[in-house]
Amino acid sequence: MNDKIIGKLKILADAAKYDVSCSSSGGKRKNENKGLGNAEGMGICHSYTEDGRCVSLLKILLTNFCIYDCAYCVTRKSNDVQRTAFTVQEVVDLTINFYRRNYIEGLFLSSGIFKNADYTMERLVRVAKKLRQEEKFNGYIHLKTIPGASDELIKEAGLYADRLSVNIELPSEQSLQSLAPEKNYSEILLPMDSIKNQLVQAKEESKLFKTTPKFVPAGQSTQLIVGATAESDRQILQLSDQLYKGYNLKRVYYSGYVPVSTDSRLSIISEPPIIRENRIYQADWLMRFYGFDVKEILDEANPNLDLDIDPKLGWALRNRHFFPVEINTADYEMILRVPGIGVKSAKKIISARRFAPLHFEHLRQMGVVLKRAKYFITCQTKSLQRQDFDSEQLRRRILFGEGSVRSALLTQQLDLFRQVG
Amino acid sequence: MYSYTYDGSFEGLLTVVFEAYERKAWPTAIEPAQLAQPSMFGETVQVVTDEGKANRVWQGLKKRLSASALESLYYTYLWEQSGFERLIFDYARLVFDSPESVEGNYTAPFILQVQQIHKQVHREKHRMEAFVRFQKTADGLYYASISPDFNVLPLIVRHFEKRYADQRWAIYDSSRRYGAYYDLKHTSFVQLENPALTPRQRGKLSAEQYDENETRYQMLWQVYFDHVNIPERKNPKLHMRHIPKRYWKYLSEKQPRLQ
Repeated sequence: MNDKIIGKLKILADAAKYDVSCSSSGGKRKNENKGLGNAEGMGICHSYTEDGRCVSLLKILLTNFCIYDCAYCVTRKSNDVQRTAFTVQEVVDLTINFYRRNYIEGLFLSSGIFKNADYTMERLVRVAKKLRQEEKFNGYIHLKTIPGASDELIKEAGLYADRLSVNIELPSEQSLQSLAPEKNYSEILLPMDSIKNQLVQAKEESKLFKTTPKFVPAGQSTQLIVGATAESDRQILQLSDQLYKGYNLKRVYYSGYVPVSTDSRLSIISEPPIIRENRIYQADWLMRFYGFDVKEILDEANPNLDLDIDPKLGWALRNRHFFPVEINTADYEMILRVPGIGVKSAKKIISARRFAPLHFEHLRQMGVVLKRAKYFITCQTKSLQRQDFDSEQLRRRILFGEGSVRSALLTQQLDLFRQVG
Repeated sequence: MYSYTYDGSFEGLLTVVFEAYERKAWPTAIEPAQLAQPSMFGETVQVVTDEGKANRVWQGLKKRLSASALESLYYTYLWEQSGFERLIFDYARLVFDSPESVEGNYTAPFILQVQQIHKQVHREKHRMEAFVRFQKTADGLYYASISPDFNVLPLIVRHFEKRYADQRWAIYDSSRRYGAYYDLKHTSFVQLENPALTPRQRGKLSAEQYDENETRYQMLWQVYFDHVNIPERKNPKLHMRHIPKRYWKYLSEKQPRLQ
């Protein structure tokens, strides 16, 4: 089939895929007008790409024409790629027809910047408005906020979108200046601040009036690129912490840098730093759901996360004085801090121990993973291990198994092999 | 020894609970009537479904259990794996015989098992909400066929009613041979049976029945799926964990590429 939409979709999906956010949860938009779609409650992943990422939304750029030349970006002005643009109607048709067939939860629309910020933002808003008003579409809409767009346009976008996001991309002002000279932090943080203030205002108004128009019910998010520049994990997580606390962000996404450019200002890497990205996500979860402070996860002496072990285990090995934790009496908060025990297991433990004293066998049947946890807990003062290990021994046993005689030196060599291979 | 038979319905099973309590005769086996083997020993009680009795049992459970625990019991019925009747009976009996709430007592084996079943069935329900792919027919019906591991069709209907309020749709369970049809006002369950069809053919549309744009959108979806992937990050293990192969049959993006 020869179809110009197919050509556009190839180019504009390709250009949008480095934006990792694909969440469709947290919306509160119900289908009350007997229209199409419903975005209340849980998000749904309708498929998964071969790289294992969730496909929940139709994630495309409106255009990949761009006046900026950010070194890390595949769409940068100086990059020799084919350029194209969707019309507003084409995006609406694709969204509706994909949604009706249950392929997607909604639309994630971003764009290269053509002419100027307002011109681009106005187009994005027009797509969302048409979907909501003409198509009676209640599915999920995530719009990118173009840095430098006017307050009025952002406000209007917030009335149609479930989520707005501005990508910070580079974890320090210095990197931004060197890699994206046309952008600056204040231009990015300004719309973020404005969205935050309008969210607060909408919430206040909804207390006073029965029907206030919804303003981005699923909140705002951003993305940081990991590994394109030299920032440490500590700098990245401190920035996230500020964003969660200062701007009430719902999510900070981390995107392991995929080399799309040979610009000399960028770190030279051959593969995306996938393990590092994963460890940063784990640390992010510790801050949001496990009650950890960023200072507990990393400090001046440990500016980067250990790639071999998860950050909760890393914390536990540095803080052995909190352990062992007695499963039958410890607070929920402390059980959550045991390596290998997640929110669900912790809740089950709290529930079950009201009825009977728990043994290790109970934990196993409940599906609590003991591989790491067994070194940090007791059940009715009993432990599963007969001797005490220091932190270095523990780390080795967990990584290589109980009979392990491998030395730390060998581990180092394995690391080297891994880097070379 | 008391062996109970019932008609296979959830109400029938609740009626069994009622009858067992009335007779103070605890079942050694509970089976659907059409599957039951005549037993040489003991007594077989053929229970006739009685909505009034079933409702009394349900109300009794409702007084003692949270909505989510009640849901777990219904999910256990839809789980359909061998021994589910017994599990529901034992759970109900523990609830009625304990002076205090037994919910969340994961040290009791069948309470833990019902909780685990709830998780399994819920996961299958969620997968069906995600992996159903409608195909539009020439007369404007959006149609999909499924064959889930557990009988989750009754659980997903509400989700699709809310979502697709303005389009006619039908979802057909080809292994259990019944479907749900939404006519813009109500959803009804329908039996469709054509004994001439093999299980593979059952419930499938042929290309002549498609709307004129159907193939085009399937193709666009395949194009999108291929281009949203980042080859440098290829991770087949993670991919397979998220969409195990047995679900690929539903997914147009996992079919041969359309031209």
